[in-house]
Amino acid sequence: MSVVELDGVSRWYGNVVAVNDITMSLGAGVTGLLGPNGAGKTTLLHMMAGFLAPSRGTVTIGGTTTWGNPSIYRHLGLVSEREAVHTFLTGYEFVLASAKLHRLPDTAVAARRALELVEMTEAQDRQIGTYSKGMRQRTRVAAALVHDPQVLLLDEPFNGMDPRQRLHMMELLHRLGEAGRTVLFSSHILEEVEQVSGIVQVVVAGRLAASGDFRTIRRLMTNRPHVFAVQSSDDRRLAVALIGEPSVTGVEIDKNGLTVRTGDYGSFTRALPRIALAQGVRIHRLLPSDESLESVFSYLVEA
Amino acid sequence: MTTVSWLTARGLFGRRRFLLLFPLPLLLVALAVVANSAGVDPGQWGGPVLANLGLAVVLPVVALVVGTGALGSEIDDGTVVHLLTKPLPRWQIILPKLAVASGVTALTAALPLFVAGVLADSVGLGLALAAAALLGAVVYSALFLALSLVTRRPVLLGLVYVLIWEGLLNSMVAGTRVLSVQQYVVTITDRLAPTSLLKPTVGVSTALVMSLLIVVGFTTLAVRRLRSFSLAGETS
Repeated sequence: MSVVELDGVSRWYGNVVAVNDITMSLGAGVTGLLGPNGAGKTTLLHMMAGFLAPSRGTVTIGGTTTWGNPSIYRHLGLVSEREAVHTFLTGYEFVLASAKLHRLPDTAVAARRALELVEMTEAQDRQIGTYSKGMRQRTRVAAALVHDPQVLLLDEPFNGMDPRQRLHMMELLHRLGEAGRTVLFSSHILEEVEQVSGIVQVVVAGRLAASGDFRTIRRLMTNRPHVFAVQSSDDRRLAVALIGEPSVTGVEIDKNGLTVRTGDYGSFTRALPRIALAQGVRIHRLLPSDESLESVFSYLVEA
Repeated sequence: MTTVSWLTARGLFGRRRFLLLFPLPLLLVALAVVANSAGVDPGQWGGPVLANLGLAVVLPVVALVVGTGALGSEIDDGTVVHLLTKPLPRWQIILPKLAVASGVTALTAALPLFVAGVLADSVGLGLALAAAALLGAVVYSALFLALSLVTRRPVLLGLVYVLIWEGLLNSMVAGTRVLSVQQYVVTITDRLAPTSLLKPTVGVSTALVMSLLIVVGFTTLAVRRLRSFSLAGETS
């Protein structure tokens, strides 16, 4: 069943188009909303969460228009990007306040259950001001989940988290998706999306650039040509050795060093140290020169 | 006490700007105490301290700090999202906030006004000042609460109203006094406990009707603005 529906949704601010004619539907499970910064992910999420009116098109959750309709929050939880928490409350007070505002029948039980779900029970009686970034984020997720919503929207939930906290949050989203909830989270980092969700919606410059199974999109991404800038103690010697390497499709040399093209990211990055060692060349610098997200995404859009 | 008012109160007292509330009321009481113990004639200091400081500065500035803090601070730091993602009709957010803002303002401003009124004249004047300040607190709070939903700079706009409109224009252009909360408060006080220290410039019925209109009008405006509250993205 499809829960969140966007139909021909556009949003513009004056002359600037932030979201351009996006149609998508989200069902149960975890979906990643992927795109570079400024692609319109947050605008899209805000429209889904009823915090922004679409300039054109409709956004519905379970058939109900989200804009100007507070009743949708019975079925919707939102974790916004801004790390907004009442630092003067304890974690438990914060989640309990959420439960009370939802007018749940047994607020204390609901609050405890939500805190257990995000594994924040131990620190629940400390003030949120003393929490780490990951703990705050988890507490915010608990508050968003306290009424057991069918839909959970998270805007850049992994921002600023350390790897352990990241892993923890990923597991949590995974569990929620497997339990049949519709979970949508935005991210500008490919690896995050890959690890959490099978389905991705890629947004570039306000448009839906790709949509579907992550593996298909990932294959498109890894098979694209990569370009590296290399500086070494002996560029010419390294260039000769590199051109003999099957994964290398081209080498250019100029006064700044080498520009190496490869069709196979993995093989090249494994081969380079081996070749350098064999040739007795010292690598001073190795920079992937087209790894900016924009280039990855624009490649995707062209593909 | 509703959860919204509880959160609002915790928010007001949990932020450092709460400390801004105290200097002015303390100054008011201190001046009254000093003048009284020095034996100065109340006819000399009563007017300036009660009207020019108490009603013209302390009450509106306290109301401004509290009224814009009740919702404005939450909008500024983003915690308002926490309230708005609940299936509550928006008036159930605005009314408790108005109640808390009015209550805190009334307590903070009415108490020192009562003390100063007693020292300047009588317990009667003190009570009248406190009662009128309560009315003023509600009217100012409705105004400043709505202001924090209409503009991103509610404090600035509020100060312009208090200092330029009520402070400057009212003394030069008589017609502007009809739209001055300060004048309503002066009028009500004078009506409750007639005194030579205050000089009312608007009628009692004008003061009451205008107060009601402002409270109802600006509260309605606040509810409507909150209903269509938009979040701007980081990039937009």
